[in-house]
Amino acid sequence: MSEVRTLVIDGRDVAANSDQTLLSVARENGIAIPTLCHLEGLTDIGACRLCMVELEGSKKLLPACVTQVQEGMRVVTSSERLLEYRRRVIEMFFLERNHVCAVCVANNSCELQSAARALSLTHFELAPLHPDVAVDATHERFVLDQNRCILCGRCVRVCDEIEGAHVWDIRGRGANARLVSDMGTPWGESTTCTSCGKCVQVCPTGALFEKGRSVAEPKARRPYVPYLVGHHRRA
Amino acid sequence: MSEIIIEPVTRIEGHAKITIFLDDAGEVRDAHFHVTQVRGFERIAQGRPVHEMPSLMARICGICPVSHLVASAKACDEVLGVSVPPVAVRLRRVINLAQIVQSHALSFFHLSSPDLLLGFDSDPAARNITGVAEHAPELARDGIALRKFGQQIIERLGGKRVHPAWVVPGGVSAPLQPDQRDAILATIPDARARAIRALNWFKANLADWAEEAARFGSFPSLYMGLVHETGNAAYSDGELRIVDQRGKRLLDGGDPKRYEEYFGESVEPWSYLKSTYYKPMGYPEGIYRVGPLARLNVVDQLGTEAADQELAEYRARLGRYPNSSFHYHWARLIEIVHCIDMVEELLADPDILGSDVRARAAINRTEGVGVSEAPRGTLFHHYKVDQDGIVQWVNLVIATGHNNLAMNRSVAQVAKHYVKGADVREGALNRVEAVIRTYDPCLSCSTHAVGQMPMEVDIVDPDGAVVRRLSRDGG
Repeated sequence: MSEVRTLVIDGRDVAANSDQTLLSVARENGIAIPTLCHLEGLTDIGACRLCMVELEGSKKLLPACVTQVQEGMRVVTSSERLLEYRRRVIEMFFLERNHVCAVCVANNSCELQSAARALSLTHFELAPLHPDVAVDATHERFVLDQNRCILCGRCVRVCDEIEGAHVWDIRGRGANARLVSDMGTPWGESTTCTSCGKCVQVCPTGALFEKGRSVAEPKARRPYVPYLVGHHRRA
Repeated sequence: MSEIIIEPVTRIEGHAKITIFLDDAGEVRDAHFHVTQVRGFERIAQGRPVHEMPSLMARICGICPVSHLVASAKACDEVLGVSVPPVAVRLRRVINLAQIVQSHALSFFHLSSPDLLLGFDSDPAARNITGVAEHAPELARDGIALRKFGQQIIERLGGKRVHPAWVVPGGVSAPLQPDQRDAILATIPDARARAIRALNWFKANLADWAEEAARFGSFPSLYMGLVHETGNAAYSDGELRIVDQRGKRLLDGGDPKRYEEYFGESVEPWSYLKSTYYKPMGYPEGIYRVGPLARLNVVDQLGTEAADQELAEYRARLGRYPNSSFHYHWARLIEIVHCIDMVEELLADPDILGSDVRARAAINRTEGVGVSEAPRGTLFHHYKVDQDGIVQWVNLVIATGHNNLAMNRSVAQVAKHYVKGADVREGALNRVEAVIRTYDPCLSCSTHAVGQMPMEVDIVDPDGAVVRRLSRDGG
């Protein structure tokens, strides 16, 4: 049974249901918080750390997508500290794998690229890792390019929660974490994949794409993904 | 033995240096043209999905990305095993012709006209396109306008001027819209008038450059280019033809897919650029040239009226098979006229607006060869992929590689005539660079179009000590 909570976000008094997250209350009130791993209709996991916000009385930053509202919270969603933090998160996404926007299928329709642009990320200060990661093109219709994966886990969740197939998992830890199909068999040999394409539709970057798609060729628009995944936005 | 080193070579596309070797008597013994950069695109492509190749390979160059797009897409067509829809074949031709116009304009007006207009011995500080603009504003404006003409067509077709992603495996990604076609057609008369005006200026002044024309890479060689079945010039399709200096056809109707049978590649320790040669004649006797001079030599006719009139005059004045690389300039200007004519001809056909522009298929073959004529000569892309379409192996044979042996011989010829001993004039060294510019070598994508890089000439004695250093700031 949810109850009404009142809190302050960016100096504004807002009301929320007790089972809501900070992210959903903020967005309901027109307060923008950037996200990458969040997708309406899927369980939030707080993976990308882009939605971090400041909470009065707490030294730690909190991920808005998995923090439930509490009575009397005073939250700041945008500050120099948060912008710097978010820029650094985006920078590390780029540098952890091999993101080459100019020759990427997702160029100009990539959420990572858009986030970098929105945050005015103009250059990298850290050194790139340049990992040697493979492209899995064994599937008849789709391709997995690990070079472009940011481990947001949207594909894992949409396949598990909506399609019910649970083809995808993330194996390994830290910089060695990799998206794997069927516990590490090539995608084309997967016995669980239904070839529904939901993972491709929800991928925010060029990590999962339709075979034969060329560079900078847009895929279907994503605003309708909530319908695709079968949930409806809150009123 | 002493050496004279010109590094970097200016007003060319990419990085290079020239070494001139002197014997004990101070006479030029030999000269080498070195390409000092390594790019590694053949390696970078390994492991990538083949559909990415056109755009990835186009990044080799910012001047002639379209030629790479076309050659690459054709190699991918082979891998897919598709027949490209006829409308797409013609649209690919239009965008490649547009690129030849803009690249030729850059080569002639921005990079070479300063030498021709202001003189090979003129002040290097003013010997550039801004110097041209001061002394002959109309010539400079024509060059800039022709470059814009080509770039705008590329943008109207492909969405952007440099590195459009529009040419894709199986065709092109979107059909041509009527308003875009009309906008392009509206720019044709102005471009043609400018090209003819520049051509007339060049022809009127040809006698002034008689000495350079006689010594700028003037030697017999073979010539290679793509030719349609009709004997017309081909830029995006066609078959290979190789003729010798007397016009004997050593290869006719050559299948571009069999390029490895026709050409060998040799590697020299002093350059990153491989030298190709015509295999049946061996190395280095199989020396051949590609690009505008060679294309005009191999074709029976260009195939459009205005250009063929110019071609007739060119052949009447220079002979049927001109063999001086200096005449690349004239050939280049005639090709600009021809490419403008061809763009108009292709767009005048209402079928060009057809919507069937892309064939789609899975991976049906594991190997493909694609060919196109880049502005500076014939370009081959050769890929091997696995059954999933992941690139395993790439071989690129670029125009400047075909011309490498000829460029080296040309540099030596010019140096032997103009350089005597270590006490050498700047104008003489400029001629050594200028002969390289006739080939419009594309050493990569970086362009020092206004020639602001300093040039250093080191004269080195037999013990390796620098006995004299000449330098200039900008040129």
